[in-house]
Amino acid sequence: MKPPPLVRQSLGVAGRYLPAIVLLALLVAGWEAWIRVFDTKPYVLPAPSRIWRAFLEIRGTLPGHLRTTSTEAVYGLAWAAVVGVALAAIMATVPLVRRVLYPLLVVSQTIPMVVLAPILIVGFGFGMTPKIVVVALVGFFPIVVSTVEGLTGADREMVDLVRSMGANRLQVLRHVLIPWATPAFFSGLRIAAAYSVVGAVIGEWMGASSGLGIFITRSQTAFRTDRVFVGIVLIALMSIVLFAAVEVLARLASPWMYVTKTEEHQ
Amino acid sequence: MTGGGIDVHGLRHTFSGAAGDVQALDGVDLAVPGGTFATVVGPSGCGKSTLLRILAGLLIPGAGEATIDGETVIGAPGRSAYMPQKDLLLPWRRALANATLGAEVAGISHAEARQRARALFEPFGLAGFEKAWPSQLSGGMRQRLALLRTFLLPAGALLLDEPFGALDAITRREMHRWLQDVWLADRRTVLLITHDVEEALFLSDTVSVMSPRPGKMVAHVPVPFARPREGSIVTSPDFVALKAKLLAALDAAGTG
Repeated sequence: MKPPPLVRQSLGVAGRYLPAIVLLALLVAGWEAWIRVFDTKPYVLPAPSRIWRAFLEIRGTLPGHLRTTSTEAVYGLAWAAVVGVALAAIMATVPLVRRVLYPLLVVSQTIPMVVLAPILIVGFGFGMTPKIVVVALVGFFPIVVSTVEGLTGADREMVDLVRSMGANRLQVLRHVLIPWATPAFFSGLRIAAAYSVVGAVIGEWMGASSGLGIFITRSQTAFRTDRVFVGIVLIALMSIVLFAAVEVLARLASPWMYVTKTEEHQ
Repeated sequence: MTGGGIDVHGLRHTFSGAAGDVQALDGVDLAVPGGTFATVVGPSGCGKSTLLRILAGLLIPGAGEATIDGETVIGAPGRSAYMPQKDLLLPWRRALANATLGAEVAGISHAEARQRARALFEPFGLAGFEKAWPSQLSGGMRQRLALLRTFLLPAGALLLDEPFGALDAITRREMHRWLQDVWLADRRTVLLITHDVEEALFLSDTVSVMSPRPGKMVAHVPVPFARPREGSIVTSPDFVALKAKLLAALDAAGTG
């Protein structure tokens, strides 16, 4: 007897992530044991149990920080997507613009954000704006690169086929180029999403009144390493949630990419 | 729907590339009366596909005239139903939506296009696969879907570039009988390109032979067999004799 689809699906998901979860559990257990055996000072490296206690102690203040950082990350990502796609569209259409901008974009990526962030604060103040700008700057590069590749890599013969039907440029764009580039855009957006929370945190280090970045900085100056780790874990969790959200969007926008071979009809 | 005739006069084309110029067509003449099935056979690389791309309005030739139903098609896509060698189904569209692509481009109402497409899934042997993604279809089904999409285009002339080239011999023979049936049902003008002489004879009213590059027409052979033709016709003495004649013309073109 086969289990019902939902159960089978959940079993499949559990089976996929089980090894990773087991490894993580082993690492945490080993960490806890190490601290207890060697009696490491908590301000050097706190035990997982101590980090958990620190979390319970300060959980009341966390939602505010989480809201600030997640807002910055999501807004920054949205800006990166809008600006990235617009720039990619121009670069894909005008070869001259592509040749001029590509090297500049690569050079722009070699400037460390830690150097750029203070300059942005001078320009945009201490509010959320400079952090959103940092996230957008970090995220728009992978989006531009993969979207340009997607738009220019479309199958020429497919474009010709649609043209032979009498399609104008706009129809070619709509029926071939955009769907062709959609999966590429999402692989760029996935990378951008993975970096967006870290981008927001770096922005907050340079000066902020709320957010996980400033929470970590304050905890560090107070030698509360356990709280620093609470911040780190929250950053990781937030990144995972954002990444998963992009994955869901990608599946909705390009369902044909996720057709399983088991459904194949012969 | 009876289609308009295809007329080609003195078509010449040369491709210029980094490796030098390649003359693909050298004065091609061809006349396909409306509502008939014509085939061009020729060796690989003789410029057959170039001829079809010009007729589809995708490629502007160096010289010459090409009209469908009396209207020029030079640089004017959208006047014929063109089917390239590859099926080129759009992977992001399910089978039914792939079939209605041409209608959508032509601005025909969505509901009407879907209704017409749905009605053709049965005769094209695709019933029940309306919602399948192209990646879920077999090679033969993909090819039939590409043909269905071509048949649905609101054009009087069909241009088919080796539509069965990628299929195995058995599926191919099946597709020949089936294409004859669907073509007899609406009698549009067809210009088929192939290098398979048997396919050409089984399906066509006339077969034209093209020389190797630079391509030009070297023989026009009428095919007198009554329709509908049975699959067994390919072993009849008359068919075999005509096949021998065509192969001889191809050989003569190759050495000449």
